[in-house]
Amino acid sequence: MGVDIGLEFEGDEDEVSTFQEEHERERHRAKISDGDRERRKRGNGRRKRASRAEEWEGESQARPERRERGRRKRTRSDQEAKGSDRDEEVQPKTKSGKSAKTRKHIKNEKTRKMEEEEGEGEERHAKRKKKHGSAKKEEREEDGGKRTAKEKAQEVKRKKHKKVVETSSEPSEEDDNDEEDNEEREVRPESLSSEELEKLKEAVDERKKLIQTLRGKPWPMKKKCVTLRESQEFVEKYEGALGKGKGRKLYAYKVMMNKKWMKFQRDFENFKTACIPWEMKIKEIESHFGSSVASYFIFLRWMYGINMILFCLTFGLVMVPEALMGRPYGTIPRKTVPRPEATSAMDFAVLWDFGGYAQYSVLFYGYYNNQRAIGWLKFRMPLSYFLVGVGTVAYSYMVVIRTMARNANESGVGDDNSFNFNWKTFTSWDYLIGNPEMADNKFASITTSFKEAILEEQESRKDDNIHLTRFLRVLANFLVLCCLAGSGYLIYFVVRRSQKFALDGLDNHTWWERNEVNMVMSLLGMFCPMLFDVISALENYHPRVALQWQLGRIFALFLGNLYTFIIALMDEINLKREEEQIIKFNITMWEASLYNGTVSVNSTAPAITIQPADVPRGPCWETMVGQEFVRLIISDTMTTYITLLIGDFLRAVLVRFLNYCWCWDLEAGFPSYSEFDVSGNVLGLIFNQGMIWMGAFYAPCLPALNVLRLHVSMYLQCWAVMCCNVPQERVFKASGSNNFYMAMLLVILFLSTLPAIYTIVTIPPSFDCGPFSGKKRMFDVIQETLESDFPAWFGKVFSYASNPGLVLPFILLMVLAIYYLQSTSKSYKEANVELKKKLQTQNEENKKKKKLAALKAQMDLEEARKASSQTAKQQKNSNASQQDQESDEEEDHSSSQRLHHGKNGRHAPPPVREQEGQLPATRAPVPRSYQHEHHGAPGYLPGFPRQSEPRMHRVPSLQRH
Amino acid sequence: MGTTASQLGKDLLSEYQELTFLTKQEILLAHKRFAELLTKDEKDLPNTRLPMERILTLPELKSNPFRRRICLVFSTSQHKDGSLTFEDFLDLLSAFSDSATMEIKSHYAFRIFDFDDDGTLDYGDLERLVNCLTGETDDTRLTDEEMRQLISNILEESDIDKDGTVNLSEFQHVISRSPDFVSSFKIVL
Repeated sequence: MGVDIGLEFEGDEDEVSTFQEEHERERHRAKISDGDRERRKRGNGRRKRASRAEEWEGESQARPERRERGRRKRTRSDQEAKGSDRDEEVQPKTKSGKSAKTRKHIKNEKTRKMEEEEGEGEERHAKRKKKHGSAKKEEREEDGGKRTAKEKAQEVKRKKHKKVVETSSEPSEEDDNDEEDNEEREVRPESLSSEELEKLKEAVDERKKLIQTLRGKPWPMKKKCVTLRESQEFVEKYEGALGKGKGRKLYAYKVMMNKKWMKFQRDFENFKTACIPWEMKIKEIESHFGSSVASYFIFLRWMYGINMILFCLTFGLVMVPEALMGRPYGTIPRKTVPRPEATSAMDFAVLWDFGGYAQYSVLFYGYYNNQRAIGWLKFRMPLSYFLVGVGTVAYSYMVVIRTMARNANESGVGDDNSFNFNWKTFTSWDYLIGNPEMADNKFASITTSFKEAILEEQESRKDDNIHLTRFLRVLANFLVLCCLAGSGYLIYFVVRRSQKFALDGLDNHTWWERNEVNMVMSLLGMFCPMLFDVISALENYHPRVALQWQLGRIFALFLGNLYTFIIALMDEINLKREEEQIIKFNITMWEASLYNGTVSVNSTAPAITIQPADVPRGPCWETMVGQEFVRLIISDTMTTYITLLIGDFLRAVLVRFLNYCWCWDLEAGFPSYSEFDVSGNVLGLIFNQGMIWMGAFYAPCLPALNVLRLHVSMYLQCWAVMCCNVPQERVFKASGSNNFYMAMLLVILFLSTLPAIYTIVTIPPSFDCGPFSGKKRMFDVIQETLESDFPAWFGKVFSYASNPGLVLPFILLMVLAIYYLQSTSKSYKEANVELKKKLQTQNEENKKKKKLAALKAQMDLEEARKASSQTAKQQKNSNASQQDQESDEEEDHSSSQRLHHGKNGRHAPPPVREQEGQLPATRAPVPRSYQHEHHGAPGYLPGFPRQSEPRMHRVPSLQRH
Repeated sequence: MGTTASQLGKDLLSEYQELTFLTKQEILLAHKRFAELLTKDEKDLPNTRLPMERILTLPELKSNPFRRRICLVFSTSQHKDGSLTFEDFLDLLSAFSDSATMEIKSHYAFRIFDFDDDGTLDYGDLERLVNCLTGETDDTRLTDEEMRQLISNILEESDIDKDGTVNLSEFQHVISRSPDFVSSFKIVL
């Protein structure tokens, strides 16, 4: 034994310890079986021992991992040391009634204990020693700070497990002694003291927790499997034992249900992920092109979801009720195609422009009747129309802001720039990249980013002709402004011209003249970004800055175009309203003449029936607006698809096949394949959505159209990306710009609701079409409902609440609240900065202290060496003894440290670096972090407060049990 | 698909679901992909080890500069040859999956970057890491001067205890602040 111990202390080699372990285990086994034989001879039949030995053997077979065994052994030895007390503790309690037997038992117990003590005395000693060794070994294999804590917890659990095994196997032991105890065995778990039960429960709970957190552990699967099975077994075995009396059954039932519920949840989770549309498609793209391209498709999918909900709202609450319960087509003038248009109402050209039958259908505002309640459901159609319009906008705001907040939460931490280089090295590779070309691009971009970062760090870059750069930048901005103004004017001009055409009658003009507005807008949206790209080459910005400028300019362009379009539309609305006034007057005249005429001809004739198609009607500007937006969307979609087909597909085909017979290399040279332009596509999507939001009130069909468009473009773009695009050269991370796009979406949402709300609030609705006809303002429908559908007091309350005297203070209160929240958040930020500073200074102080200490130690060492060498010179005779002492001193130092660490059984071995250098390379890294905990002050690593604290708490708890 | 599902066994499948961050479909897909790499006679044997070379033919790993390191880290082979069993393969996919936690991802990332397996990222490790990132060709490689500058900058930022190396906790501290580590440390089959 002594030799073994010596070995253990001398060598850290794995083989040695395994050898020793093997050895010891064998001996242990032999001893146990010996003991067994003895005891059986005596007729005591210590099943406990036998079962333990069996378990031991089984374990050693099942688990060839050394570490596992080492831990077991340790717990065993611990347990054995305490086993006797525990036995005594349990026994009297459980058998209070049968004193005689108990006495016998105690006697037995005592004899056994004696044996155990003498038999295992030295063994236990060895194991204690071993504990140190295995702890050390374990330390080497472990890698995370957290993991140790977890393992410790597990160890505790193991111990408990053991304990429970013992307590529950006790009855079998008694069986041999007295047969009468049989009935006691069944009820045994209930007769456990509450304390034991509590412990058991705790153990079970901990096991459960372990099962849940098991997947988050960096262990090999085999180990996880074994642990899982073990803990599941344990939980199953002892869960039933919990709960008392009648509650037991219930508890078991509850446990069973819980298990079922968990399984159901897991299945449901699987089902949910299987239900996410296009998941596989996106993952495929992700693995080819990296996360940035995939982020576009994820954004597209998110957009699709939103539009789906908007579509459900408008379709379910507006279009379907009107189509089913409203008056059918042809009953009233607004639902009939007017006579002059009737001949061409079914022509494809007209339908394509959303005129004719399409115009007089549920797709547009004008078709809806102002009847208050329709059908047998008494569905409040105008109210529903209004609320759906408001709800659409409100829902969109909610979703966008919520998503933004979530994104901000996720990325809010990484704002500081203090780990620039580390992030560049550790996180710049996108592991999703599975395309060699993409990988090459990534290599290049990483290299340039490294070089740039180094250059920036050196700050040696000096702009020689800063004036030239400045001039060029100003020039570029001027050019861009010119472009923007030009495009704005062009759109305004075109819209005005189209009004003239419309007045002339569309039939006299060519297809181009009819579709001029939309085509011009789409073409501008297509070519201006290219122009901007060329211009931005003048500016010589950093690529990331350049991209932001580019995005900002395209944003401004789209926005300008959209707003010019709206302003032109406003003009048109005003024109239509003037027209309406005239028509209104004419209609009264016409009606009067009609009635006068009939009256004069035949006074007895029944009321004349006029075909609804013949009734003169107003221009209905709302439908006109809706139509414009629908046309815009359609032409936008078409240009997108066509550019996709021509710019990507055709180009790819040409490049691919003409390359065989061309004078230069087409693939590498000028045309090459197109890249997937993430930012441009995202912007297009955002603006498309803005148009939907703007026009949805006047054309309820817009969300449906958009859903269709997104659906098609999902497939089309997926296909185009996979078959004819090459990965981007400039690769940007997806997450960084995520909220940027969201912010754009929010701005667009705001800007697009602005005109819609303006028209709803300020312009009176047309007199003869739409759900609000006959009202002064569209929102009067709310008041009407309040007056007629709610009790009187409600209307009163509402009118009080909407009183300016109440609304103004409320707004003031909100503003104050916002101000307050903002100032508090500011102060929090300041406090954060303060804390960071404090941490930094503390760090620096620590560093200084450490440096000083190291210096001092070195000095001391040197002095000692000098002294020793001097003494050596002086007394050459006693040289040997002197050296001995010195080495002793060193050893003392290290061993004392070791003891210190070993006290709680699991801290790291002495942090002597030379020693570690000699260690054989193990697969798992050495947890060097432990060193810092010891000389570092609390709060050493700001991000990881968990390192030392929890362990500190757990150690005593380990010792207590 | 049906045959692979039956091969895997229901209990085992649910156990794998419990132990990894993967869904059932992903596990089945992984099994399918793994089985495709096996030869005919290997398929009958349980617990076959796929040699690293064959694992690296997967397109998801083919262009990854850390592919060898990844295999070596996740391999439980005794010979340290980077060969993977199916369970090792699942471990790999789990660590690289969407829903894996930051802790487990950063843990494995550290081990992948720790080229000499000594538990810290020292100068040599960082140099090899940067060389992996900049690609094999000479024109993308950094010069010695640049490399020295870069590594000293890295150490200056993250080496809090100033021992000239980056250890696991320092590494995790840095990584936890990074906005896009979790989104890019992913491998999807």
